[in-house]
Amino acid sequence: MKVLVPVKRVVDYTVRVRPRSDGSGVDIANLKMSMNPFDEIAMEEAVRLREAGVATEVVAVSIGPAAAQDTLRTALAFGADRALLLETEESLAPVVISRALAAVVGEESPDLVLMGKQAIDDDCNQTAQMLAARVGWGQGTFACRLEMGDGEVIVTREVDGGTRTVALGLPAVVSTDLRLNEPRYLKLPNIMKAKKKPLDRRPLDSLGVDTRSGIRMVSVAEPPARKPGVRVADVGELLDKLKNEAQVI
Amino acid sequence: MTVLVVAEHDHRHLADVTRRTVSAALALGDAVDVLVAGQDCQAVGEAAAALEGVSRVLLCDDPTYAHQLAEPLAELVISLASDYSAVLAAATTQGKDFMPRVAARLDVAQVSDITGIEGPTTFERPIYAGNVMARVICEDPIRVITVRPTAFDPVGEGGSASIETVPAAQDPGLSRFVEESLTESERPELGAARVVVSGGRGVGSAEGFQLLESLADELNAAIGASRAAVDAGFVPNDYQVGQTGKVVAPELYIAVGISGAIQHWAGMKDSKVVVAINRDEEAPMVQMADYALVGDLFEVLPALRDGLRALKS
Ligand SMILES: Cc1cc2nc3c(=O)[nH]c(=O)nc-3n(C[C@H](O)[C@H](O)[C@H](O)COP(=O)(O)OP(=O)(O)OC[C@H]3O[C@@H](n4cnc5c(N)ncnc54)[C@H](O)[C@@H]3O)c2cc1C
Ligand SMILES: Nc1ncnc2c1ncn2[C@@H]1O[C@H](COP(=O)(O)O)[C@@H](O)[C@H]1O
Repeated sequence: MKVLVPVKRVVDYTVRVRPRSDGSGVDIANLKMSMNPFDEIAMEEAVRLREAGVATEVVAVSIGPAAAQDTLRTALAFGADRALLLETEESLAPVVISRALAAVVGEESPDLVLMGKQAIDDDCNQTAQMLAARVGWGQGTFACRLEMGDGEVIVTREVDGGTRTVALGLPAVVSTDLRLNEPRYLKLPNIMKAKKKPLDRRPLDSLGVDTRSGIRMVSVAEPPARKPGVRVADVGELLDKLKNEAQVI
Repeated sequence: MTVLVVAEHDHRHLADVTRRTVSAALALGDAVDVLVAGQDCQAVGEAAAALEGVSRVLLCDDPTYAHQLAEPLAELVISLASDYSAVLAAATTQGKDFMPRVAARLDVAQVSDITGIEGPTTFERPIYAGNVMARVICEDPIRVITVRPTAFDPVGEGGSASIETVPAAQDPGLSRFVEESLTESERPELGAARVVVSGGRGVGSAEGFQLLESLADELNAAIGASRAAVDAGFVPNDYQVGQTGKVVAPELYIAVGISGAIQHWAGMKDSKVVVAINRDEEAPMVQMADYALVGDLFEVLPALRDGLRALKS
């Protein structure tokens, strides 16, 4: 079984991002970048399937700038067999990314695509579902448990009211939630080994997909500021403030 | 042009998030239709028809939609979408599940999790865990939009829309429902509660959450949690508040033993009043809260509960 794992290079989750003062966008040029945390979870799951002998090949793919090679090297250090970078300087909407990934699925014919539920920069939570719809496959979103069945994958999903389990015929797309697994700590020998694994670089244009979309970001702003708070000395003062000042109890 | 809202429900009751989504839809177009797809869901259709501002309810009562699986639900919406300028659903786990399928098949963008509407094609939405608010323009022929429920007030009742039956779409048969495990609770729903008491790693254990329960009893509050508390197994996954969990905006949010990571703050920063109870005065939650009480939660919570009881009597 072949598993494809799309991974995105994003601003590290520990960095607090701020809009540019002129509102024209977000300056990420000098910020720490990492693999999207949900994609690390997807990588981990794919590699576990490989280690369990269920998957025979794990391929990581990223669409992004030349620097996304670092992200793909991380994927290779996790244990991916090879990686593909589709280079573009443009920041593209999920509708376009899903077009490109559908083309990659066409070339690679994986049995399972494992990917993050959400990129923590755009917070879109769209790409997995869009890809599944484009290629006409079933989807198991927000997975916290994944089990391979006979020609199908059984996915337990985190939903608003609890969890829900679905069975998907293969091939299928699964998107990961936080509690699917805990990604491993990458060890130096694996990082060294990753440097020698195949990483194919091609311009995104080589896929021949339309990169236009109807959506664009026109400006950004700080969220409305909250007024500064106060420190209360004890429970009595807290209750008094909540009752008489804030009037919420 | 007419806007289509896809209703969320449990086949018997219309979800509060749909009332809020309808209010966003009314800000977008001149007429609003609501699609109710489910099994034995006539009552939901009637509830939707009674919403203020709704012109038409499209009722699709069919076993295909018994489990609200994304693939068949998306197929149904796609079969109806060409009559509309926009399709809206709440940005819940359900809306997030099927709506991108609709967008992809129409080959249009989706605008996720909108918090504001400036015009028929201009929206506001949070990015980077809400540290940045983006203004986006979507000029696709059909706008596919998910709506952050807390950002819109629910519409009232008093409408009398017509109810029309629509046929089920072909089930693509890509997935099969196996089972579900839903959290039972007598408490108000987390997303809609007036007061939320949330616990973090500092609460220490599932038993520790009993202290939050007894406080929540006094306040008729819902219980929430940080990711750390869920990961540690103190509470179920659907309690998680944050960038990648639930978004809440109650009148009062009490964060107990929660440090205040940006990912958590993202899910509760629009609360009217935030209270932090934390023993670390340097914790971001203590710095950002409206009222911060620095102390040990195991001492503070019983005293707070007793104080509330005393206030009531
Ligand atoms: C991709 C991604 C997505 C995430 N999504 C979310 C999300 O949606 N929601 C979310 O919450 N987090 C999310 N996180 C995790 C987030 O970054 C933090 O790790 C998490 O919120 C920390 O939880 P906490 O505040 O309970 O734990 P900690 O940061 O460990 O804080 C515990 C707090 O309890 C206090 N404390 C301890 N004992 C006591 C006591 N006896 N009395 C009083 N105070 C005490 C401590 O002083 C401390 O401030 C996400 C992270 C990533 C990488
Ligand atoms: N540029 C990209 N390259 C590779 N994978 C991506 C890219 N953008 C999004 N993805 C995948 O899609 C998931 C969801 O992203 P999004 O829909 O943008 O929130 C991510 O977790 C990745 O797995």
